[in-house]
Amino acid sequence: MRPAGLRPAWLAGGVLAVLVALIAGLAFGSVALPPAGVALELLDQIPGVRLRSGLSDREVAILLELRLPRVVLGLLVGGMLALAGAAYQGVFRNPLADPHLLGVAAGAGLGVTAVIAFRSTAGDATAELPIGVPMAAFAGALIAVALTWLLGAAGGRDRSPATLILAGVAVSSFLAACQTYVLQRHVDTLREVYSWLLGRLSTAGWHDVLLVLPYAAVTGAIVLSQRRELDVLTVGDEEATGLGLHPQRSRYLLIIAASLGTAAAVSVSGLIGFVGIIVPHTMRLLAGPSYRSILPLSVLFGGAFLALADLLARTAGGQAEIPIGVVTAFFGAPFFIVVLRTSRTAAP
Amino acid sequence: MTEQAIVVAGLRVRLEKALIVDGVDLEVGAGEWVTIIGPNGAGKSTALRAIGGLLPYEGRIELNGVPVDKLHRRERAKAVATVGQSPIVPPAMQVFDYVLLGRTPYVPPLGRESAVDLATVDEVLGELDLGRFAGRRLDTLSGGERQRVFLARALAQGARILLLDEPTSALDIGHQQEVLELVDRLRAERELTVLATMHDLTTAGEYADRIALFSCGRVVAAGPPREVLTEANLAKYYRVRVRVIEGDHGPLVVPVRVT
Repeated sequence: MRPAGLRPAWLAGGVLAVLVALIAGLAFGSVALPPAGVALELLDQIPGVRLRSGLSDREVAILLELRLPRVVLGLLVGGMLALAGAAYQGVFRNPLADPHLLGVAAGAGLGVTAVIAFRSTAGDATAELPIGVPMAAFAGALIAVALTWLLGAAGGRDRSPATLILAGVAVSSFLAACQTYVLQRHVDTLREVYSWLLGRLSTAGWHDVLLVLPYAAVTGAIVLSQRRELDVLTVGDEEATGLGLHPQRSRYLLIIAASLGTAAAVSVSGLIGFVGIIVPHTMRLLAGPSYRSILPLSVLFGGAFLALADLLARTAGGQAEIPIGVVTAFFGAPFFIVVLRTSRTAAP
Repeated sequence: MTEQAIVVAGLRVRLEKALIVDGVDLEVGAGEWVTIIGPNGAGKSTALRAIGGLLPYEGRIELNGVPVDKLHRRERAKAVATVGQSPIVPPAMQVFDYVLLGRTPYVPPLGRESAVDLATVDEVLGELDLGRFAGRRLDTLSGGERQRVFLARALAQGARILLLDEPTSALDIGHQQEVLELVDRLRAERELTVLATMHDLTTAGEYADRIALFSCGRVVAAGPPREVLTEANLAKYYRVRVRVIEGDHGPLVVPVRVT
């Protein structure tokens, strides 16, 4: 028998999903581009490859300067949120753990809000995000997850999954209140923060992609390196200790890495809900309970999901863009209810 | 005198500041089966978990002559395997993958299981007659089958010392006997040392070479079953009236009504 792990067919499916999302995200929009031309133009960008796409200069500019950074950002943010969600679910052995329900996103949000509100260019909605934004978001995220963990631990060693989520809700509310207070004191930034809060990939340029890329790389490397440890953790801390693991060390490492990924995603894209819970659970139900397949597949399908959600967000509403957070929640909330009803079998 | 697999001296264990194990001395020879008995709350499981390296403790615990806290946790996992009272059953996990977790101490960090690891799991599953369950989900198996899988995971660890915390408490008497016979066979074949905790006194006496009776975190009697399982001892430490009858493999303990 072969051990559970990433089946090549699923990996191929994930890569295919990313490619479909990439081409669709690039081809559709206010100006439609031929998908074949898009594919050829992309291949032409690879050093050493020379291909004629047949696109005009203007179309190439739309493709490379407007749409490509946005789609790539969607892939990165979606992959990060789904990966972080899967890691939290494993670390807390809780099927409901997710960057939002744990308060991590709210903490990161408060960090970003503070930076936007207190920076010198406050009120200038077109200004690029300061470099310090992801670090502020990371600090907020770590404070939030620590608070949630401490509050959730008040129930004792045998706390139920619900206790942790209740603690997360309390921490989220508290941090949201802090955020509202900061906003009230800096009304001039209200509009800017609000549009960011709903989740957006809309002002994305290569700047945002470059801002988030190093964090995504670090998070991805750390979380994926712990995939076997996450499988061992499913048998409980004591058994994991008996098997020679240091559960608490793996847990801290994973929490820090997942929070870093969440913070980076939140700082460029705002609060995009449900990706962190829908995608890992779908992968768990379809490809099995091993984190060796859940983690990499969450990155691929999470990225594809968000890129496609963004496509819907900018095309379905006519002239006005729908905030992407609205799209993911619209599909995520009903799915979440299904997961709740089946979480006996879907739990990590 | 035979080599000692487990040496425990002056063991004290605290849980949430309460002193649960209070000065236990215990030795288990290589290849021996020792069972700890005692009323609820006597500290049996806590002592066992400390010996397995799962709890902080004061005093001395040596496994095969090496202090357990001097062993790297991976080395410790290769020396001693614990089967807990009611191990967590990860949802949807296959039996093969569960047993493969037992190979964790042999898998290098960032590495994956070797062909040896996979072969070991196949061998253990075959030996415990679990081959046909390999692809089944663990959470769909019956209590008796699960207990065999838990044992298989511990055997896959390749440890020569096996700690069993209430290995039969969830099983009917037929499956109790089956599991304990299996443990005894494996002990002989693989030259394992077994330290178990048990509630059923007759069963405890039939399978153990020696018995240690715990009360309030101390060993109050230890020796061959015949010397420990006496009406006087059980009346004193369990507050129970029993009749002890001589059996083929040890004393049979039968509770009788007080009035």
